[in-house]
Amino acid sequence: MAVPAPILRMSGIGKQFPGVHALDGVDLRLLPGEVHALMGENGAGKSTLIKVLTGVHQADEGAIELAGQAVAFGSPLEARQAGISTVYQEVNLCTNLSVAENILIGREPRRWGRIDWKRMRARARELLARLELDLDVSAPLSSYSLAIQQMVAIARALDVEARVLILDEPTSSLDADEVGQLFRVMRRLKEEGIAILFVSHFLDQIYEISDRMTILRNGRLVGEYPTRELSQVDLVAKMIGQELAALDRLHGEAAAFDRPLVEARELGRPGAIEPFTLTIHEGEVVGLAGLLGSGRTEIARLLFGADHAGGGQVAIGGAPASLRTPRAAMSHKIAFCSENRKADGLIPDLTVRENIILALQATRGWTRPVPREQQDELVGKYVKALRISPPNPEHLVRDLSGGNQQKVLLARWLILEPRLLILDEPTRGIDVGAKTEIQRLVAELSDGGVAVLFISAELEEVLRLSHKVGVLRDRRLVAELPNGPELTTDVLMETIASGGRA
Amino acid sequence: MTTLSLGGGRVIPAKYVPVLVTACLFAAMFVVGGIRYDGFASGQVVLNVFIDNAFLLVVAVGMTFVILTGGIDLSVGSVVALSTMISATLMAGPGWPPYLVVPLVLLIGSGLGLVMGYLVHAFDIQPFIVTLAGMFLARGLCYTIGTDSVPIEDPTFTAFAQTRIDLFADLWISPSVLIAAVVVLVAAYVLHYTRLGRAVYATGGSEQSALLMGLPVGRTKIAVYTISGFCSALGGVLLSFYMLSGYGLHAVGMELDAIAAVVIGGTLLTGGTGFLLGTVLGVLVLGLIQTILSFEGTLSSWWTKIFIGLLLFAFILLQRLFSARTRP
Repeated sequence: MAVPAPILRMSGIGKQFPGVHALDGVDLRLLPGEVHALMGENGAGKSTLIKVLTGVHQADEGAIELAGQAVAFGSPLEARQAGISTVYQEVNLCTNLSVAENILIGREPRRWGRIDWKRMRARARELLARLELDLDVSAPLSSYSLAIQQMVAIARALDVEARVLILDEPTSSLDADEVGQLFRVMRRLKEEGIAILFVSHFLDQIYEISDRMTILRNGRLVGEYPTRELSQVDLVAKMIGQELAALDRLHGEAAAFDRPLVEARELGRPGAIEPFTLTIHEGEVVGLAGLLGSGRTEIARLLFGADHAGGGQVAIGGAPASLRTPRAAMSHKIAFCSENRKADGLIPDLTVRENIILALQATRGWTRPVPREQQDELVGKYVKALRISPPNPEHLVRDLSGGNQQKVLLARWLILEPRLLILDEPTRGIDVGAKTEIQRLVAELSDGGVAVLFISAELEEVLRLSHKVGVLRDRRLVAELPNGPELTTDVLMETIASGGRA
Repeated sequence: MTTLSLGGGRVIPAKYVPVLVTACLFAAMFVVGGIRYDGFASGQVVLNVFIDNAFLLVVAVGMTFVILTGGIDLSVGSVVALSTMISATLMAGPGWPPYLVVPLVLLIGSGLGLVMGYLVHAFDIQPFIVTLAGMFLARGLCYTIGTDSVPIEDPTFTAFAQTRIDLFADLWISPSVLIAAVVVLVAAYVLHYTRLGRAVYATGGSEQSALLMGLPVGRTKIAVYTISGFCSALGGVLLSFYMLSGYGLHAVGMELDAIAAVVIGGTLLTGGTGFLLGTVLGVLVLGLIQTILSFEGTLSSWWTKIFIGLLLFAFILLQRLFSARTRP
């Protein structure tokens, strides 16, 4: 079958940031009526390529052709007007405005220069209906879940006569049903002849929806392949440039632990989490499984003192302790890597070294600065151990990819040599390679006697790492299951579904 | 939680609650005043609040635009003073007619706002510091024109200033009130029914998102400072109607009154949320405090400041509690 002429062709794209060669001679072509997956590890240059295409960044070299015409977009607005619409990884909408406005702002239907709110709401409802959604379009966007907000962002992208639709990790915050709904919409758009560029870390989704893929590694093009001709194993090998060792269970069995480190008794916070009792032993990895919003993060925040408990006690090493502030928790050597690395953890304008040293400095107090020599030594050690890339401690964190930012955050807490490390979704939105590294690290830490509370939405991951799994449902700890061969994802899912009554 | 249910099963959207609280406060103050003092509970008392604060209302309208984008404009008081000074001097010295002076003053005010907005946008400087510089600049310019109070004696100007527009039943307002009302209506229309207005809200909600949604964020930011500059100049003209003089010491600290009025009216200082009606109510509350104190008679005028301070604390706390509840 002859391949139709590409609607978009990027050739020889190069882009440099201070100290980083983000893209080097990358080609990409998008065919009408196809879903094209852009694959690569974090830091491979996917986001940069998309930003060059949509006019957020200017390419240093190379050319972009849209329907045979050379184009260069100076801003996202110009790209949109040319028919290239983007839905970004983080929902970039204004949550203070109504749903209808978020879909149509900048293109509001007007009469005599006056915004016609009635027609605007009708048009918004129409566009949402195309996505099989029925929302109150005059309600503020903040009243809807992240998943719905994502759909609204797509509805917005569809309103213009889009010829190219870019979906940059649209599924990372959606549940299975919502992903199915999104895919139905994508197939429909495909039939309409729109070229879709799709970025996702979920390989199964890539294979379900995409027709063709372009693989990047370290800012360079690896190649373009039809999806059905490339096996998953080959894909991963091409992405990380080496054969991936099988991800087996890092901890098969529930080992015997007899030295309790943190004991929470009837700890709870009204409206956030029902009172729960949980013991974490030294060297034990405790996984928390449950749906989004089931109270996983709330447990972590209570144990770190980020929220005040409404009742109950905590004992650390057998002695009662009061965890009223994160500082108190830190003095007990509890560390917390939060879910939202951008908002709660890293300071993008500081260097890797400064970000890593921050927590250590905070525990020492400002009157006793960490000597530069010691800083360099410590940071060097962790940059190497965690394989932070680029391995330059003086790099700004802002310029690092998501997976590497996550490693910097981890390094910050590891430097404190915590006895309990709380990891809230440490592997979300990062690629397979970095994911395995972080999982290995957790296993190593636990072998070294550090207790880990591991929160993840991926049940396989929880099972692979944990000695013991706490199951949450509706803000209640419903079961505590020792890990073993008989504990499978199916059992976990059943427990979540049944609430542990079965 | 995005709605607040009231008794009787009626539900009002959360966004209207702060405005409603301010409205209730105003009503409560009026009722208490009416019980305590003879002659307080009359329509003219409310109208006098408008008459005495028309200039503040206009300035606060401009401030609302700026704060809605998440910015701040500290220069408004100085621009008001500069406007009174330029009007008075040009009419007194060379004897320019008001119909030339007033447009010129409005042009100068808008121009100052435009320059400040451009600096904020083009160089990505904190609005606080840019408008602080503008505040010193405008106040300084007043004193280069003259250090003394300049009386306004232009007959057309004074006649217009002293006009009483009679309403029904012995009630009256000044032309300034009419002008302020027109400004409020036009501004409310712009905020609610034009793309500029919606871009103002979007910019305040999330500048980054607004940019990625393809909205003209830069132009919007420049526009709001220009609007604020225009409103300050117009406020200055209204103040010269009220004072019939130009003076470098007029409107000292008015930027703070304007900010207070906007905040008490329920607009979030972080931007993106608020209504112009709230600002009107905010100005009325501030004005009514002064009226109550003058009816009280024994309290010094500094009590106004104390009450405004307490009110601000209360309202900021309220906003904090409120936004904590709506965004868990």
